[in-house]
Amino acid sequence: MANLLEVKQLTKKFGGITAVDRIDFSLEEGEVVAVIGPNGAGKTTLFNMISCFIPPTSGEVIYKGERLTGRKIFELAHLGISRTFQNLQIFNNMTVLENVMMGVHVKLKTNVFSAGFRLPTVKKNEEIAYQLALDVLEMVELKDFMYKKAGNLSYGLQKQLEFARAIVYHPQLILLDEPMAGLNDAETNRMAGYIKELKKKGCSFLFVEHKMATVMELADRIIVMDFGKKIAEGTPHEIARNEKVISAYLGEEAF
Amino acid sequence: MAKLDNVLYGHLWRPFASLMVIVLLLPLFVKSSYILTVLILIGIYSLISIGLSLLLGYAGQISLGHAAFFGIGAYVSGVLTAKYAGSPWIAMVIGIVFTWLVSYVIGMAILRLKGHFLALATMAINIIFFILILGLDEFTGGASGLVGIPSLSLFQLNLGNPLYFYFFVWFIVFVIILFSMNIIRSNIGRLLRSIHDSEIATETLGVNVAKYKVIIFSLSAVYASLAGSLYAHFISFIAPPSFYITFSILLLVMVMVGGVHSIWGAVLGTAIIMFLNEWIRYIGQTYFHISGQVEIVVYGLIIILVMMFMPKGLVDILERLWKKIKSVQIKGAEKRKMTTEKGA
Ligand SMILES: Nc1ncnc2c1ncn2[C@@H]1O[C@H](COP(=O)(O)OP(=O)(O)OP(=O)(O)O)[C@@H](O)[C@H]1O
Ligand SMILES: [Mg+2]
Repeated sequence: MANLLEVKQLTKKFGGITAVDRIDFSLEEGEVVAVIGPNGAGKTTLFNMISCFIPPTSGEVIYKGERLTGRKIFELAHLGISRTFQNLQIFNNMTVLENVMMGVHVKLKTNVFSAGFRLPTVKKNEEIAYQLALDVLEMVELKDFMYKKAGNLSYGLQKQLEFARAIVYHPQLILLDEPMAGLNDAETNRMAGYIKELKKKGCSFLFVEHKMATVMELADRIIVMDFGKKIAEGTPHEIARNEKVISAYLGEEAF
Repeated sequence: MAKLDNVLYGHLWRPFASLMVIVLLLPLFVKSSYILTVLILIGIYSLISIGLSLLLGYAGQISLGHAAFFGIGAYVSGVLTAKYAGSPWIAMVIGIVFTWLVSYVIGMAILRLKGHFLALATMAINIIFFILILGLDEFTGGASGLVGIPSLSLFQLNLGNPLYFYFFVWFIVFVIILFSMNIIRSNIGRLLRSIHDSEIATETLGVNVAKYKVIIFSLSAVYASLAGSLYAHFISFIAPPSFYITFSILLLVMVMVGGVHSIWGAVLGTAIIMFLNEWIRYIGQTYFHISGQVEIVVYGLIIILVMMFMPKGLVDILERLWKKIKSVQIKGAEKRKMTTEKGA
């Protein structure tokens, strides 16, 4: 299968510290890859470089054979790449429905003038957005809350909402930074279920997560980071038995 | 699906029709030409404050320089018609196109700035414009102003007649309200609000946030330019002080008093401040014998009070009051129902 994403010698230095140190890996189409590692290992920094939030000190990211590094943040959605944030970024003052409808932006062709004159395309676009949003809200079981202000939802539901907003336009690659953090067991299982469901439909995932049971269950491949370096890579089975990983990070109690 | 709009954004026609009835009926009660002039100016300034509401309340960007765009419209119309006897309508369009270009370039340069820096940059634009119209006195008449700007006429209708002009101005206000409401009630409006909540997330969803900020900035500048053209033809005489920063501040006060998040708030705020303005001038002159710029002191106070006690403006307070009345009514109805049921 073709490589969807290739990360080559990606490095980020913040002053004296090297947050990400010459990371190499790739992600195939339809694959679910997890990045794990202790706090401060550089996982979010790696994500931020892949999603063009910060420029790497050196190295590059290739997506579908083309250089991703150096692009503007907003271009990524148009290429089919979505992301969520470790510190939730939902639109608190908008309804759940509006939040998810925002996720459809890349599919809409409304501009200020067609909107102002209310050309027929605008109504069509609104209906497309509404329909897609409704489908996803049904899938993540948020339909009952669709007219509620997003800021008033529980943390768990807000996480689900951010996820829904990221997947509503049918992206190909979805980057999730700790999608299960702060969720209870039931919510965690539900989120894992959504990821599996989308994987079946051909979506690829790169996700950071601390909950090991979920990582083992979901990931086709795991990349382990410590102090900015990749210290291991392999199937969940291989990682669970890797001496280096166990001593550096997991400890005995994780299994 | 016909009602999707209303489901998402509430009803548009109710406030629209209410304002229309008020505007149509007011001339029946207004006998003084002085009040009619104030009502016309409220219409003209509303055009600018509606644009500022889009810019500040929706795109979240401040401007303390919109008096300059107001001035560009006024001076392009004034100079082209008074000095070169051009057609007022063509002059108006030239003013709009010119303002669009200028504001787009300015917007691209300064909208990268945030908060105080943006406020300062827009003030600087205003000052530069002020100096330019003073300096280009060959065309603009400099400090002594530009006289002899003809009034508008539409087909055989002489809009120099204040009553006709009143209806004409408010017709344009309604067109602009409709245009702006249409923008707000689409995914453009949604993305403008989302920029407010999380710029980063909005960008991640594929929105070129910088581009939209510039577009809304230019759109609001064009509204101001249109207002400037109308103003020049109405007053027939324009001079630099009308286009200084103090006017930019006044515009901001109007939007803030009404409520930045609402087009209706912009119109309401404009009306309130305009009447307050006249009132302060009257009180100042008759009781304190001051005829200077007392208003500016009062505006400063109003800004502080609004920020402290009603940061969302009057419209928000009215909306909450309306909801309270409604819920009391519903509760009352329920109570009556319960007692009748008990009685039965
Ligand atoms: N903008 C920044 N400036 C300076 N240092 C930074 C910056 N961002 C991250 N770092 C540092 O880089 C290192 C990696 O941080 P990062 O957030 O990528 O870790 P992480 O693996 O995501 O951790 P966690 O599991 O806690 O989320 C940390 O030491 C952090 O302090
Ligand atoms: Mg992190």
